[in-house]
Formats: sequence, C-alpha cells, structure tokens
Amino acid sequence: MTLRVNDLKVYYQTLRGDVHALDGVTFDLADGEIMGLAGESGCGKTTLGKSLIRLDSRMRHIGGTIELDGKDVPIADEKAMVPLRYHEISLIPQYAMSALNPTRKIGRMINDLLRARGVRPADIADELKRRLELVGLDTDVLDRFPIELSGGMKQRVVMVMSTLLNPSLLIADEVTSALDVSTQRAVAESLVEFRDREYIKSMVFVTHDISLVYQMADTIMVMYAGHIVEKASASTIVNAPRHPYTQMLISALPEVGSTTEQGRLEGIPGTPPGLLNPPTGCRFKDRCPLAFAKCAERPPLVEIEPGHWAACWKTG
Amino acid sequence: MWRYIGRKLFVYLLTFVIAVTINWMIPRFMPGDPVRSMLSRASVGNPEALQRMNEYYTGVFGLDTPLHEQYLSFWANLFRGDLGVSVMLYPQPVLDIILRAVPFTLGLLLPSIILSWIVGNRIGAFAARKKLLDNTILPVGYILTAMPYMWLALLLAWSLGIVAGVLPTAGGYSPSLRVEFSWLFISSLLTHWVLPFLSMFVVALGGWAIGMRNMIIYELEADYSNYLQALGAPTRLIRRYAFRNAMLPQITGLAVQLGTVLSGALLTEIVFNYPGLGTLILQALNNRDFFVLQGTFLFVVVGVLIANFIIDIVYVLVDPRTRVQMTGGAA
Ligand SMILES: Nc1ncnc2c1ncn2[C@@H]1O[C@H](COP(=O)(O)OP(=O)(O)OP(=O)(O)O)[C@@H](O)[C@H]1O
Ligand code: SF4
Ligand SMILES: [Mg+2]
Repeated sequence: MTLRVNDLKVYYQTLRGDVHALDGVTFDLADGEIMGLAGESGCGKTTLGKSLIRLDSRMRHIGGTIELDGKDVPIADEKAMVPLRYHEISLIPQYAMSALNPTRKIGRMINDLLRARGVRPADIADELKRRLELVGLDTDVLDRFPIELSGGMKQRVVMVMSTLLNPSLLIADEVTSALDVSTQRAVAESLVEFRDREYIKSMVFVTHDISLVYQMADTIMVMYAGHIVEKASASTIVNAPRHPYTQMLISALPEVGSTTEQGRLEGIPGTPPGLLNPPTGCRFKDRCPLAFAKCAERPPLVEIEPGHWAACWKTG
Repeated sequence: MWRYIGRKLFVYLLTFVIAVTINWMIPRFMPGDPVRSMLSRASVGNPEALQRMNEYYTGVFGLDTPLHEQYLSFWANLFRGDLGVSVMLYPQPVLDIILRAVPFTLGLLLPSIILSWIVGNRIGAFAARKKLLDNTILPVGYILTAMPYMWLALLLAWSLGIVAGVLPTAGGYSPSLRVEFSWLFISSLLTHWVLPFLSMFVVALGGWAIGMRNMIIYELEADYSNYLQALGAPTRLIRRYAFRNAMLPQITGLAVQLGTVLSGALLTEIVFNYPGLGTLILQALNNRDFFVLQGTFLFVVVGVLIANFIIDIVYVLVDPRTRVQMTGGAA
C-alpha cells in the first residue's frame, strides 16, 4: 500500500469562520495506481492534493492521518515535511503555466531547485534530457525563458521537473484543463508512461474531465462538498456507479467526443452546499432524489464490493 | 536589440529637437521686446555699458533677420556651445555659469537618487520579511513619501542647522573661502552638502521602501514561489527569486520618478540656497535673464533624456523577458 489517508480533516481559516473543505476523507492508493479525482468545482480536490504535500498559511490540519509507504506524513509539521517534499511526494500544480520563475532560464531554475534539495545537477543532467525528449520537448528548452514556451510546453517542463527525483506519490492537479484536446491526450499519456517506467509509483490525477480520466486512470474517486462519495475502478465508476451523485454526474456526461466543461455538470439541478457552515448528515441530501429520513445522519464510506467504496445509505 | 536602441535614440532625439525649439520660441514669441524687458531689470549704471549690451542682445536675437534664419543660427550656436551671454552676470558666457552650477546639482542628485534607491530597496525587502519591522517601516515610509520636499528640507534646516547649529543651512561652501583644492575647502563643501542631500535622500527613501516591500510580498505569493515551496525549496532560494523579480519594476519606477526627483532637487537647492541649477533658475527668473534660463532648461532636458535612456538600456539588460522579446528567441 503506497498511500493511506485516514479521516483527514483540513479547514481553511477565514474571517467568517472555518471552511470545511476536507471533512473526514479516507482512502487508499495502491502501488502503481493512478487515481482520478473528480467532482464539481469547489468540492475540495485541490485542497486534498495540497493536504498531501503542503498546507498553505490559511489551511489548518484538524485531524486524521496520512501514511506513505508505511511512514507517517506529518502534514501539519512544516519542518518535518521538507525532506518528504519532492523526494517522496511531488506536485504538478493547477497553475503549472505560471509555476516557472519568469526571469530564470528553465535549466537554471531546475538546477537551483536540485541543488537546494541536495542533488547535484550534473548527476541528473542526462536523465533530465532523456525525460524531456520522452515528453516530446527539445533539450534546448533548458536554455530558454518560460515566455518563450507555449502553455503545453511549460506544462510538460513542470511535469518533468516535478518527477525528476522519482517520487513515490505525484499529485497532478488539472494538468490538462488549459490544453487543447490533442495536447491533453499527449500529456495524459506521458503521465501514464511515467508510471509505467516507475518514475512515479502512484498518482492522484485531479480533473473535471471524466472521459479523459476514464481512459488513463485505474480508479476514480468522486468527491462532493468535502466528502468522498464513491471510489472504484474507472470502468465501474463510469459504467456501474452506485452512489446517486456519481450516477447523476455520469449520466450528465455528453456523448463521447463533445467536451464542453459546463455541459456535463448542468444536468444536476441545484448547487452544492456552502462549506462555511456545511449541513449535517449526507451533504448531497438537498439535491438527492432518493433522500429519506436517515440521510440526516452522515453515511459512512463502506466497501460495498471488493475495491468499490460508497457513502450512501441506499447503497449499503 | 540594436534596433530597439536605435528606435529609442530616435525618440529621444526628437524630444530634444522639440525641447530646443520650444526653448527658442518662448522669448521670441512673448509679447513685448525681450531685449528691453531684460535690460530694464539689469542694474547697469553705466549708460555706455548699457548701450553695448543693447547692441549685443539685439544682434543675438537677430530681430531684423527672417525667422527661419534666426532659428538656424540658434542651432548653429548651440553646436558651437554658444548659449549667449548672461544679463545678470554680464559679460559672462551662459555656458560657463551653467557649468559652474552643474556639479553642485549632480553632486546632490546622483548620490541621493542612487543611495535612496539602493537603501530603500534593501529596507523594503527586509520589511517584507519581518512582521514587526514591517509594522514600523510601513507607516514611517508612508509619512516620508507624503512629505513635500520643501517641507522636509525646511524641517531639517531648522532642526539640524538652526536649533542644533551643527550644519550650515545655506550656500555650497563657506563664502569666506576661496575655491581651491584644500582640505578646508572640501570639508566646507561637504558640510554644506549634507542637509540638502539628506532631505532629498530621506523623502525618496520611503517611496522605494514601500514599493519594494509590496513587490516582494506580491512575488512571494506568486505561483512560482508556491510551487517551489511545495517542492520543499528553502526560503533562501525563494527570497532570492522574489528579490530579483521585485527589483525590475523598481527600475522602471526610477525612470518614472526622475522628473519628480529632479524638480524636488531644484526646490531643495532653492531652500538651501545651494549654488546648483535650481538656484540658478530662480536667479535668472528674478533677473529676466532669458539666456541663462534657456541654457539651464536645455541642460535639464538633456540630463533627463540621458538618464531615461540609461535606465531604458539597464532595464533591457536585466529583464530577460524584454531581452528575449527583442532578440527574438534563445540567445
Ligand atoms: N484560501 C481559501 N480560503 C478559504 N476558502 C477556500 C480557500 N481555498 C479554497 N477554499 C474553499 O475550499 C473549497 C474547496 O476548494 P478547492 O480549491 O479544493 O476546490 P476544487 O475542487 O479544487 O475546485 P476546482 O475544480 O474549481 O479547482 C471551496 O469551497 C473553496 O471555496
Ligand atoms: S445518503 Fe441519502 S441523500 Fe445521501 S446520497 Fe444517499 S440517499 Fe442521497
Ligand atoms: Mg482545484
């Protein structure tokens, strides 16, 4: 088992109170597993990704544990986390397009970072070039400034940079959202390739695009308003989802081929609850056609069949 | 790169020509006879001398030749370095008078601009780091920038010069000394320089510090900083990047501020009766000395243009983004 997250709670502290962005999240990620993480905007996908590597100044770890390769990940302890970052856990951020220092040549920025992390750039230079070529980049991008690269090229540079030290876990946050369809596919395929070559052991792939993640991921986890509602193999989630939210999410998908962002989520009437004072019980109950009295209590995430977890009173 | 410099140079040259032309037009198109109005203010007792001056200035203005010839001969004189003869200090050439004042102005301006920029940026970067420091530097900085040059100059002159009595408050050096290369003279120069320098330095300091602080805080929140932090990069590296990137807008800021700083310097000179261009302008105005005024304005315009040009070039050299855009690709 690579990653084991148990009842993780991370809140944002704001002037108006705590935003319960991650409220008791439990899941496992196996060696070699690529897990797609899906859900409506604002459901806490980025928050979960950040909670596995670095909490920003407004995030507070309220409870729960993270374990990676059998060792505790002390997410609330900034100092103790530093050795894990980049070496064990790495991130391709949602803002990968602007993740490079605009005034530094790309090669120099990579070397600066490597040196700061105790790695001699020379030891890794050949590997770096090999991987750039693997994702279809010319090695002379190292001599360029970020403005000289297209968005897709920057995305791939960050991809190579983030995985250079062969981390155990990679969090890829919407790495394909800003790209055109063919580039999306190429980037997604490169990430699978990275896993196959064991540059990374396992990966959390955050996306809105279920049809893309269906093709590349082994499993899909669906979140709703800071909770996990369902996790199963990609084909089960797409072809035989059990949670009412997942069912509506999948049935709202347009036919394969058309990919308008909004189109596929408009199908579900209503909006997700605010996370400042989230409702008790099942957070989906206001929009759920099957809701009944029991839904005032929070349904536990249970394994309804091997490898298939769902949190709903109707599926248990 | 060279095309860029060439284009800039052309714009600056054009500005220069326009400035000279306006300079030439003002006394000629003003109502009334410029020579008469000039000489009426000049306190010349001797009628014979007055007669000579009258002839000279009528000739210089060339009022009996066609306008375009007057204009061309004005340019020709300019290139020969002939800016005419002063009225208030007749018969000294204007160029000599200005060249005497320029070192004083430059000696005030350059150190105060450069030092306040460097020190201000350092303080600002430091403030961005420490909360406590920030809470003191920020309000002090705002007070300093909001302060008019004149007012701070008067305050300093009053407190350090008159109340404490440690520094002279007027002139460029002690009037009892001869201009020479001696320890006594140099120390007199220095003590006279301190107050005007200080008042300009202090006013500019606050602005740079605040600008730098805000820029660094902005850079530290930038995506690349967050990315590096997520990958466990030490604060040292992130700060180094932020400092460098925050510096770039400060260089542009220097160019933008130049005009303000210059007018501040001229005012400061007047407050301290410091024998630079600012004081010269005031005297020339009081005496209706068109030639001195014209010459001084020319110097100021040329100085500002040169300084702007230098900053333009420096910016291109330090910001890879503009450099890349101009050389068109990996260089
Ligand atoms: N800095 C913050 N301060 C307060 N609340 C925040 C902050 N960042 C995010 N949130 C809230 O936390 C919740 C989860 O946000 P998160 O960014 O994790 O969503 P997401 O699932 O990644 O959405 P998207 O698909 O749009 O990227 C949202 O309700 C958001 O409003
Ligand atoms: S627990 Fe109740 S409200 Fe929630 S999804 Fe299941 S049926 Fe709907
Ligand atoms: Mg997100």
